[in-house]
Amino acid sequence: MFDSVLVANRGEIARRIIRTVQRMGLRAIAVHSEADADLPFVTEADDAVLLGPAAPAQSYLDVDKVIAAARATGAQAVHPGYGFLAENASFARAVTEAGLVWIGPAPEAIERMGDKINARNMMESAGVPVAAGTREPVGALTEAVRAAERIGYPVMVKTAGGGGGIGMGVAHDEESLGKAFEQASRAAARFGGAQDGTSRAILLERYIERARHVEIQILGLADGTVVALGERDCSVQRRHQKVVEESPSPGITADLRERMLAAAVRAGEAVGYRGAGTVECLVDADAQDFVFLEMNTRLQVEHPVTELVTGLDLVEHQIRIAAGEVYALEARPGGHAIEFRVYAEDPKRFFPGPGKIDVWEEPSGEGVRVDSGYVAGNTVTPFYDPLMAKLCVHGATRDEAVARARTAVAAFKVEGPKNNLPFCAELLDDPEFVSGDYDTGLVSRMRKAR
Amino acid sequence: MAEVRAEMVANVWKIVVAEGDTVEEGDTLVILESMKMEIPVLAEDSGVVAQLKVAEGDVIQEGHLIAVIE
Repeated sequence: MFDSVLVANRGEIARRIIRTVQRMGLRAIAVHSEADADLPFVTEADDAVLLGPAAPAQSYLDVDKVIAAARATGAQAVHPGYGFLAENASFARAVTEAGLVWIGPAPEAIERMGDKINARNMMESAGVPVAAGTREPVGALTEAVRAAERIGYPVMVKTAGGGGGIGMGVAHDEESLGKAFEQASRAAARFGGAQDGTSRAILLERYIERARHVEIQILGLADGTVVALGERDCSVQRRHQKVVEESPSPGITADLRERMLAAAVRAGEAVGYRGAGTVECLVDADAQDFVFLEMNTRLQVEHPVTELVTGLDLVEHQIRIAAGEVYALEARPGGHAIEFRVYAEDPKRFFPGPGKIDVWEEPSGEGVRVDSGYVAGNTVTPFYDPLMAKLCVHGATRDEAVARARTAVAAFKVEGPKNNLPFCAELLDDPEFVSGDYDTGLVSRMRKAR
Repeated sequence: MAEVRAEMVANVWKIVVAEGDTVEEGDTLVILESMKMEIPVLAEDSGVVAQLKVAEGDVIQEGHLIAVIE
């Protein structure tokens, strides 16, 4: 086992990784931008290196600076967290070439799964169900129109290399396809063009009307076996981005769960996956069927949900697997867990609301876990994503988890930045959410009903 | 005359209109970026863009004057 880990990330996830690194008796090294100098992940680390100005390109995304920080501090391994460089194969290679241990899957696995068209075709060959859609990148609108006619409306238009819902749009007819195509093209040029030509490409897929977003957590062990650690239902979304996640999914049958877990293991084995990864699927709630969406080759924001039901520390397993430790693992999930993303955004329209935190009081108690990136006195700046904390609850049943969540949300006091805790409270009183029979259209229905 | 002000701290990502342009209610004037999100700033009235007080790349605070429509 190596003796030190540099965490190439910020905020709540850097802090959460550092906690496990230190618990394992290893030295934790933080890297940070000027804007983040007084955040807890910097002060709690054993060592911290200033990378540069606030702009991610000059700090968290600067591969040379991160590698130099690792060298300067004598770090032996690098954990990328999620976002930033986590799914950047060149960064993974640069880490290895610098003689450091990369805590993540092989760069080849990142590359294969990073291009959604390639990933989709590969999954299909591995026997994982995929949605009807384009097999090749679509270059021009005329091609998109032909493809949409073949697939059948409605279609989902997305960028091959993008993530986080950026540029995604639904087209119900040729006219709306034109708009969605233009939007995706703009997003691809802006956000997805950094790596290579293929990531600028557009992809069309059959759109499922009453869909749930359900993903499977996998762990590729050092001996090559892949285990599935259960699912997370991430159907509570605004602007195609997740707000609340829960496990087990209240919307799938035991039979569907079994099929999904088996497919996720096949997906992981097909790429020779090592470490923590997530196989994202779309579930047709009415048909109780599923299709592969994409595979995220990293730790996921919502991984605590899986940790709460399995009792495993996923970061610890990432580290042990990266260190080459060989062991068997069996997951026996129990109880029900729900995570709420506490965003610095207004709870009605979900527009960003950065600002200085005057009051920050986290809830605690039985079955309550809070992963936060801030304390009172810190400032949430506009340079990074709006996630301030993750409020997670665990209970023996979904009802118990929901009840604990209500108490915890009410006890969470944040003053300063706008925040979505009022939305979380609203959701916990929404009959559709409480029933468990909801889909990805839930949040927009809640906003239209007002 | 209508003043258009920023609702949040943001970076000015893209200027869509120029001073002197005629705009309709609902037209996008500029696109801000904050916390990895694009936020279009729309004209609340029809008229002519009399003043444009921001440039691409500016960091603006909540309440900052973006444009004046006459």
